[in-house]
Amino acid sequence: MKISFNINGAPQSVDVDGQTPLLWVVRDILDLKGTKFGCGKAACGACTLHVNGEAVRSCSYAVKYAAGKEVTTIEGLSSGENMHPVQQAWIEEIVPQCGYCQPGFMMATAALLNKIPNPTDEDIDNNIVNICRCATYYRMRKAIHRAAEINNTTS
Amino acid sequence: MSKTDKKSKRISRRKFLVRGGLGTIGVLALGTYIFRNPMRRGILEMAETMVPPYSGKGTEPNLWFEITSENNLVLHSSKVEMGQGTFTGFAQIVADELDMDISQIIVKAAETSRGIVDGMSTGGSLSVASLWIPLREMAATMREMIKIKAAGQLGVDISALTTADGVVTAGDKTVTYAEVASKVEEWEVPKTPELRPMKDYKFIGKPIPRIDLEAKVMGDPIFGMDAEMEDMLHAAVIRPEHIGATMKSADTSEAEKMPGVIKIVKKDNWVGVIANSYPEALAAKRKIRVDWDVPRIWTEEEIREMLTVGKGDKMITQKQGEALVVEDENVISMEFSSPLGAHAQIEPNGAVAHVKDGKATIIISTQVIGVTQKQVAKALGLKLEDVNVICTYLGGGFGRRLNTSHAVQAAEMSIEVGKPVKYFFTRKEEFQHDTFRPPTHHIMRGKLDEQGNLESLEHHYASGDVAINSVIMPPIMSTVLGTDFGAMRGGNIMYRKVANHRAIQWHTTLPFATSWWRSLGLLANTFAIESFIDEMALTAGKNPVDFRLAMLDDDSYGARTKKVIELAAEKANYSDKAEGNRAMGFAASIDAGAPCAQVVEVTVENNEIKVHKVVCAFDCGIAVNPDQVIAQCEGSIIMGISGSMHEKMTIKDGQLTPTIYGPYDMALMRNTPKEIEVHLIQGADVPLPVGEPPLGPIGAAIGNAVRRITGKRLTDLPMILG
Repeated sequence: MKISFNINGAPQSVDVDGQTPLLWVVRDILDLKGTKFGCGKAACGACTLHVNGEAVRSCSYAVKYAAGKEVTTIEGLSSGENMHPVQQAWIEEIVPQCGYCQPGFMMATAALLNKIPNPTDEDIDNNIVNICRCATYYRMRKAIHRAAEINNTTS
Repeated sequence: MSKTDKKSKRISRRKFLVRGGLGTIGVLALGTYIFRNPMRRGILEMAETMVPPYSGKGTEPNLWFEITSENNLVLHSSKVEMGQGTFTGFAQIVADELDMDISQIIVKAAETSRGIVDGMSTGGSLSVASLWIPLREMAATMREMIKIKAAGQLGVDISALTTADGVVTAGDKTVTYAEVASKVEEWEVPKTPELRPMKDYKFIGKPIPRIDLEAKVMGDPIFGMDAEMEDMLHAAVIRPEHIGATMKSADTSEAEKMPGVIKIVKKDNWVGVIANSYPEALAAKRKIRVDWDVPRIWTEEEIREMLTVGKGDKMITQKQGEALVVEDENVISMEFSSPLGAHAQIEPNGAVAHVKDGKATIIISTQVIGVTQKQVAKALGLKLEDVNVICTYLGGGFGRRLNTSHAVQAAEMSIEVGKPVKYFFTRKEEFQHDTFRPPTHHIMRGKLDEQGNLESLEHHYASGDVAINSVIMPPIMSTVLGTDFGAMRGGNIMYRKVANHRAIQWHTTLPFATSWWRSLGLLANTFAIESFIDEMALTAGKNPVDFRLAMLDDDSYGARTKKVIELAAEKANYSDKAEGNRAMGFAASIDAGAPCAQVVEVTVENNEIKVHKVVCAFDCGIAVNPDQVIAQCEGSIIMGISGSMHEKMTIKDGQLTPTIYGPYDMALMRNTPKEIEVHLIQGADVPLPVGEPPLGPIGAAIGNAVRRITGKRLTDLPMILG
């Protein structure tokens, strides 16, 4: 079936089985490889992207549900020349090690900050539940607080 | 360390001779191993205490460096980047001896077709340590080669030249390295120059940001899973779910009718579906009916039984003084255990393979580029040089990517369709076909003298394969050694002042693959030894820090271990007294010559163990990038918390389980201590391994804190109360 949605601000149509996970449409048809495959069961969060601003685990989200919606991937998180505060904070805190899970964490964080601009440690614990095997959680927590700070000073 | 090379050689343009003084780096004095066979002793001493030199192919000229027309330098690295920061360390090393800016250095894993194939794999935390001297010598030699040519081109004496930021300057004349190189027909190779003193380095020793930071934050397609080839097809594979199962037959008739299916490939023990897209391959795979022969339904109890002290092959790995008499009523004895552990790296294993006209190209995340190349060549009957392995960034390694048999499967499927094929594991395949961390069983025995000092200490430990049966070890190794030196990591007693001490390994190969898992035996062995030491200190009524310090030698090994113990205790303001439901726990270890001590602050509430703060003191020798050494400590500590408080694979109905994250419980953000403080010490004049040693103490430190709060000694990993 033909499904149309906006991806990173641009209109896009794909002709696929509507049950196809959005992840594979984004990665293999639209060639946006920043959204990662980790488990295929919405258990690790590596495939997190935004649909209408909400964090979604795209390995378990049928593409048909994205019809008419705004999909944002890590490639579209920053707009224009300005790096998104979350990515800026991730660079300042030198968070990534292997880096594979990081886009999912950054997308989850960006969605969290939209809802809770100044999250407490408890908010972070409850909402950032992705998995990082390098265990960069300690720096991620610092980066999440730092991203909130950048948001506060720029907005 | 420098070597002299008087011969000049022909080298093609823009490529450079590299002639490393591939010296070995002795790290520490040796222990008191006594083996039946002196050859064993030699090999094991090396395994425990030496950083092996670069020993692969490609020590001959002009393979490592390339200058681009933009005046950047590409380093073709023999080691891969899996998060440990090696590429950044290499860039710092190269920039400093080449007088270039760090921003001018690009690091890539060398394709095998380039001629650099590392014989040692990327692992054991040895990348920076093993190339510390050779890489600096290569870079320094190259700098002099550029200067020789620049002197000729500018018509000045070489002594009049200075170099900085990739530019050669003589008075008011300047020329970039790229300009110099572009005019060179034949390079002249000077003697290997003297290396610069540490104080002259601009990048080495500084906490500069990782060179791959931006690519990783912006989501660039740098991983094996992101690789594509033109006209590529996608595959999914069926593998057995029961331990030891083999395929009798497979009915693929339904699957063949599924949309997008190109071909179904039946092999000895697997079936592959090749389709236009991955979702189509996966959907078709679900329609295949396989009849498996399951000769035996293995149970958890059977596996546990196999790995029990007293069973399997016995090897004394350390022996000093007399053995304890078990019947002696003053001997204190405790048992410990650790479970089967999964690697659980987030990027699944996979490969893109294209086999055409007798040549194969493999794009893959691998820690063993050379082994992958050999395995594909052997399986396909190709010449080694006709297999090019291109390694991407790895989405985690942790030892899992020392086995890459899936590269062969991808190649075999490519042959069937004559096109490139991409194949990767599902998460269930990852969990069931991992090369697991083996379970272990430990018996600790000790005897205190009248002053409350240990007069005897023994560690008896049983493990499955770690180094034995690994594709990166020669098969003869286990016969020669009679022991598994991977399982041995952290297994010997570091308290050498204890008059009678010994370590005895019992080894058994399990019916499924167990292998290298970050830090090998260190996590479990240190848990057993350091928990027991804490218990002995309690029994003796002594402060556990003083108790440890009194048992360490004054040689370099002991002195450096004492230093980290003292520093950790001081920085954490360590106290061995619990306050209500809160207490500190202390533990230390020395692994691969790098001692580490950790103090944790723990609370126990409603049987929930929570780690609030970790203070870590670590002697890493020269920290090429202190920030990344600290990052490795933080990661090791949290992975150690995960391994010692959460993770456990079990065997149910003959299958390895769980097969998904969540049920395979791992430490998450909420389990991460709010404070991690790392203090580095430079106790050696070389960089030491850093990616694994800090995984040692954490488990025991937590258990020791829990013991002080609850009075209960936790002896089995994962540590769970109630």
